[in-house]
Amino acid sequence: MKIHIKNGRLIDPKNGIDAVQDIFIAKGKIVAIGAAPDEFQASRVIDAQSLVVCPGLVDLSVRLREPGLEYMATLESEMAAAVAGGVTSIACPPDTDPPLDEPGLVEMLKHRAKSLNQAHVYPIGALTQGLKGERLTEMAELNDAGCVVFGQSDGLLPNLRVLMQAMLYASTFGFSVWLRPQEITLTGDGVAHDGEVATRLGLLTVPVCAETIAIGNIILLTKETGVRVHLCRISSAEGLAMIRTARQQGLPITCDVSINHLHLSDMDIGFFDSNCHLMPPLRSSSDRDALRHGLLDGTIGAICSDHAPVDEDAKLLPFGQSEVGATGVELLLPLTLKWGAEMRLPLLNVLSRITSDPARILGIDAGHLSPGGAADICIFDPDHYWKVTSSAILSQGKNTPFMGMEIPGGVKYTLVNGHIVYEH
Amino acid sequence: MINRNPQLDEHGVLQHLLTTEGLPASVLLHILDTAESFVGVTERDVKKIPLLRGKSIFNLFFEPSTRTRTTFEIAAKRLSADVFNLNIAVSAQSKGETLLDTVNNLSAMNADMFVVRHAQSGAAHLIAKHVQPDIHVINAGDGSHAHPTQALLDMFTIRRYKRDFRNLRVAIIGDILHSRVARSQIHALTTLGVPEVRVIAPKTLLPKMVERLGVHVYHDMAKGLKDIDVLMMLRLQNERMKGANLPSPEEYFKYYGLTPEKLSLARRDAIVMHPGPMNRGVEIDSEVADGKQSVILPQVTFGIAVRMAVMSILAGNQV
Amino acid sequence: MQLPDAEKAFDSLAKKIQADAHKDFALIGIHTGGVWLAERLHQALGIKQPLGTLDVAFYRDDFDKIGLHPQVKPSEIPFAVEGAHILLVDDVLQTGRTIRAAINELFDYGRPASISFAALADRGGRELPIAAQYTGVTLELPVDKMLELKCGKNGKLSFHLYDKSLPE
Repeated sequence: MKIHIKNGRLIDPKNGIDAVQDIFIAKGKIVAIGAAPDEFQASRVIDAQSLVVCPGLVDLSVRLREPGLEYMATLESEMAAAVAGGVTSIACPPDTDPPLDEPGLVEMLKHRAKSLNQAHVYPIGALTQGLKGERLTEMAELNDAGCVVFGQSDGLLPNLRVLMQAMLYASTFGFSVWLRPQEITLTGDGVAHDGEVATRLGLLTVPVCAETIAIGNIILLTKETGVRVHLCRISSAEGLAMIRTARQQGLPITCDVSINHLHLSDMDIGFFDSNCHLMPPLRSSSDRDALRHGLLDGTIGAICSDHAPVDEDAKLLPFGQSEVGATGVELLLPLTLKWGAEMRLPLLNVLSRITSDPARILGIDAGHLSPGGAADICIFDPDHYWKVTSSAILSQGKNTPFMGMEIPGGVKYTLVNGHIVYEH
Repeated sequence: MINRNPQLDEHGVLQHLLTTEGLPASVLLHILDTAESFVGVTERDVKKIPLLRGKSIFNLFFEPSTRTRTTFEIAAKRLSADVFNLNIAVSAQSKGETLLDTVNNLSAMNADMFVVRHAQSGAAHLIAKHVQPDIHVINAGDGSHAHPTQALLDMFTIRRYKRDFRNLRVAIIGDILHSRVARSQIHALTTLGVPEVRVIAPKTLLPKMVERLGVHVYHDMAKGLKDIDVLMMLRLQNERMKGANLPSPEEYFKYYGLTPEKLSLARRDAIVMHPGPMNRGVEIDSEVADGKQSVILPQVTFGIAVRMAVMSILAGNQV
Repeated sequence: MQLPDAEKAFDSLAKKIQADAHKDFALIGIHTGGVWLAERLHQALGIKQPLGTLDVAFYRDDFDKIGLHPQVKPSEIPFAVEGAHILLVDDVLQTGRTIRAAINELFDYGRPASISFAALADRGGRELPIAAQYTGVTLELPVDKMLELKCGKNGKLSFHLYDKSLPE
């Protein structure tokens, strides 16, 4: 299929392009940008007048809930949700059931995902067997099966000895290690930020030092082992400052922030809104403001959706008993645009945080529009505002703190490998 | 997104009693004033009035508490309501029925009011949010969050003995961190205009930024009790006496237990309160608990009247 | 419309009670107007028994319609109801429902030897088989009008008439 996308405002952060230019696609690849190649006969012409044409988005944390957790969501529903959100590459955490700790499981997931012919799926391999933090996984084998990076499940870092060994082993093969920094002994049954809101509501807390102590340990182990580290979904101003210092010292550390932590604080819990039961917990508004600026100055390399679909009943419980997580892959673009608009940033800079930057962190060739490259493309209307409702969201998870809000950015088309996989 | 206070309807009329936080002083005072009339009823030979005849009140206790449940039961029976006690800790929940399943089932039995006790903070809010609009919810204690009827009966007791809230110094002493009673007391006291509320506890029993609730923090009884008019003691849960919060009940009693000597540091006419049940020799000395400054037994009596007031006001506030 | 003079009605009521009532009776005023009247009668008739007051809010039959009265006052009966001759006092007698509630409440204090009832004004419109033994003044008013007794700062009583449909 040959596709001609015309009249669109093409924004490609990696190549620094923001101009009205046409794109020509053939055999799954971009064949030309600007003028049509000789004898190009489009079988489909997309008129992108007043729309933005950008690289397909790269989301660093999307839970597809397979294998094992299909009652929450299925691969089909969540893959459809991803492309509806303009996302064409997704990294999925290993905390499935069973965890992604064996090549067979990873191959099965890759195969299932591929057969759906939608977004590219990049499983994050388990760093330790069963994610138990005791024995290393066969990382090299897992890499052959398709795992590009390795990580632990949320808030369950191995003890420091095992973590150091795992980091050393990963660095042997040049794999990067992805960790969400949270010290488990300071977490306990905590469900909320240790601040005024938790004090008022009488909720058990996760103090900021649970994050900073873990970050401190990881920074020291990064120095010790030399492995590349990516810190997932940081939540605190103090943690951010530590990462900024480590990066200034030249340590190979990157980090990301979730759409939730970019826009919300513990105040949003209101009267026990279980949609705001997230991990790490939503922190204070000054933490949130620091994260927004950390993203601006580049300390934080990417925004992820932290997509975690949860079944309805699991949220209809008292706050502390409700399931952690929120749906988000369809909100990644709108909430990134919202951040950009509030910070008065040009779209070129804004979109880099969900295209080229996360692609670089994940170490994949994606997130750019280049002749010869895969035609993974998102076409959206930046001026279209839509209301977040259960029916507007394709994900099987209908829980998000943003429910009911009007947000900018309506995806019109999503292309993966030159195929139109979503059209609105 | 912050929503409207879920306890009030769009006209500011009380529909549920979930917490003392965010309720205007007029609502709190209306409950206290109404309770005054019920004290008269509880002193008569016939202690029953026909006000809630035909109403069904369900005591939903997801956490065992004979004492609190009994006071609600007495209050409801004195109002001529039909009372149903459900000890759900051992029934439906263990069969995998969710909290809202239980509530929906009982709603179908034409309940008019739920009195809810639950170990999780926010449980009463959750129920109030999902019940049909003509059902009223009273929070009888949720996790570490709120216990509004206890705080209201405390306010009633203070008003009885001290008359005016606006010239008092009140100290709340003990395990503030885990106490729903303390939180509800703090909000009620500050709303009713008490100019100085203190909390006195070791740092391991204080929540973060507690001063944001409008209280002054003390760690030393000698300093904290100076010029105090009202001492509100808190119960120390057994499981917190030895471990990461406190080394031993003995050490706690030595530094924070209310003895006659420590009480003498407060004003001479200070009153001593306790929500019960007391740990004598841990948070309070028997000599103080049974002494002439103690108003702990009147608290229990007033508790019935206050709960009668809350039930009748809610039952009368139809949407 | 010309309303009767409340002070004259009071004098007339007091005379009727004085001429007829049981010697040893106790007075109970029903909140709020009935309490003003009972206080004046208590003094005027020189009654020895202390004065009682009743707030019938807890015994009203319209709770399901209008909820709890916003300002409930405590009922105080500082004498033994058991075996007493009681004279209930209220300002305006209309449907009889308030008296029904008051009688019910009284019986929760004990079994009186007798209950009589004095109303400053009987305006008609009965819905229950209740009558006053003593009335200051009798008049017929349309059902959509509300007759209310007010007490001035000088203690002077006066009648006021409202449309029920309009806010006061």
